Amino acid sequence: MKIAITSQGETLAAQAEERFGRCRWILIIDTETGNLVARDNEIQRDAVQGAGIQTAEKILREEVDCVVTGHCGPKAFRVLQAAGIKIYLGAEGTGEKVLKDFQEGKLKLAETSDVEGHWV
Amino acid sequence: MMNYPPLQIAIASGKGGTGKTTLAVNLAFALEVPVRLLDCDVEEPNAHLYFYAGLKESVPVSVQVPEIDFALCQFCGDCSRFCRFNALAVGKKTALVFKELCHNCGGCKLVCPHQAIREVPWVIGKKEIVSQDSVELIQGCLDIGRVQASPLIRIIRKEASKDKLTLIDCPPGTTCPMIAAVEGSDYALLVTEPTPFGLNDLKLAVETLRVLKIPFGIILNRSQGKDSIIHSYCREEGINILMEIPDRRQIAEACSRGELAFCQDEEIRSQLRELLPTIMMQINFSMVSPEGVRP
Repeated sequence: MKIAITSQGETLAAQAEERFGRCRWILIIDTETGNLVARDNEIQRDAVQGAGIQTAEKILREEVDCVVTGHCGPKAFRVLQAAGIKIYLGAEGTGEKVLKDFQEGKLKLAETSDVEGHWV
Repeated sequence: MMNYPPLQIAIASGKGGTGKTTLAVNLAFALEVPVRLLDCDVEEPNAHLYFYAGLKESVPVSVQVPEIDFALCQFCGDCSRFCRFNALAVGKKTALVFKELCHNCGGCKLVCPHQAIREVPWVIGKKEIVSQDSVELIQGCLDIGRVQASPLIRIIRKEASKDKLTLIDCPPGTTCPMIAAVEGSDYALLVTEPTPFGLNDLKLAVETLRVLKIPFGIILNRSQGKDSIIHSYCREEGINILMEIPDRRQIAEACSRGELAFCQDEEIRSQLRELLPTIMMQINFSMVSPEGVRP
């Protein structure tokens, strides 16, 4: 299974980013092989609008099964949901901890977005 | 009857609540010539409160937004990459439009190699009209939940008259909606008040109009009748204070009753009527014949 974790850094040692759209990095992890690819998302930090939409679109290209992040707004949620990607919310701590929490089923599968856009 | 050329005069301020609408409506009625008044404060249009006739005609106003034809879409993503406003998201088998983010440029339709995008109208607000005596008011009113103030203002701005004077009541501030409202005007009246907030926002409005190259003059509302921070700023900058409206309880009370307070005062009323010749001199525009032909 391939999952995407929003992160503040390029590795799993870095803190996960709780904001979805304006996360600095997206870590793509293959849970079977343990392979990790970090995708730079710097450009969306300065997006005037629609950062969540574009971050979600970037994730669609990676063909992941799920996204793990802190919070997710309605537009990004719509993009991910339309592509059939599962969204897990409540990520906290380092990427390693978040990955472990996810694998142990501690994170919540989101049925709707949990915040409004521009919530921070 | 005296007539004026079809000038477009914007009434702006920077700071909110300085008396833009009060001045615009009173000026429109004081002139006693046919005037078209555009209320471009589309997020909270209120010039109509001075019109006892009430709003008559209401027309929905829409902008063009993209719609994807999934029989033709190949999910190439060209539209999404083109859009600077992130209004489209394309996946391997999905394509979504976020019309609330769209700025209606039509670019996505142009770049689509499969002609899979067409433009469809999306209602964002309404245009409402009321006439009373010599004044015809056209106001824009943005629908609740919509954010497209500037597009709606640009649509209302096109209602400027070709044969009579148009006054434009602008939204406060100096951001896109204010610029959309003042753009294309021959002159701007900046209404301010002698307070630090009034001065601060006046400076921003002056800078904006200088960039837009729109000539302007200042109306000092709620004047205490003595030298103020607005006077010293205008002296330093060489800006004309065209008129001072006194800070008087009687005026405030009449306004609160929805009356034309400035028109009720003979002195203020005659000063309002002198504004137009002064403005025309400042922009080198002469009085014209009733046919509205420029000499």
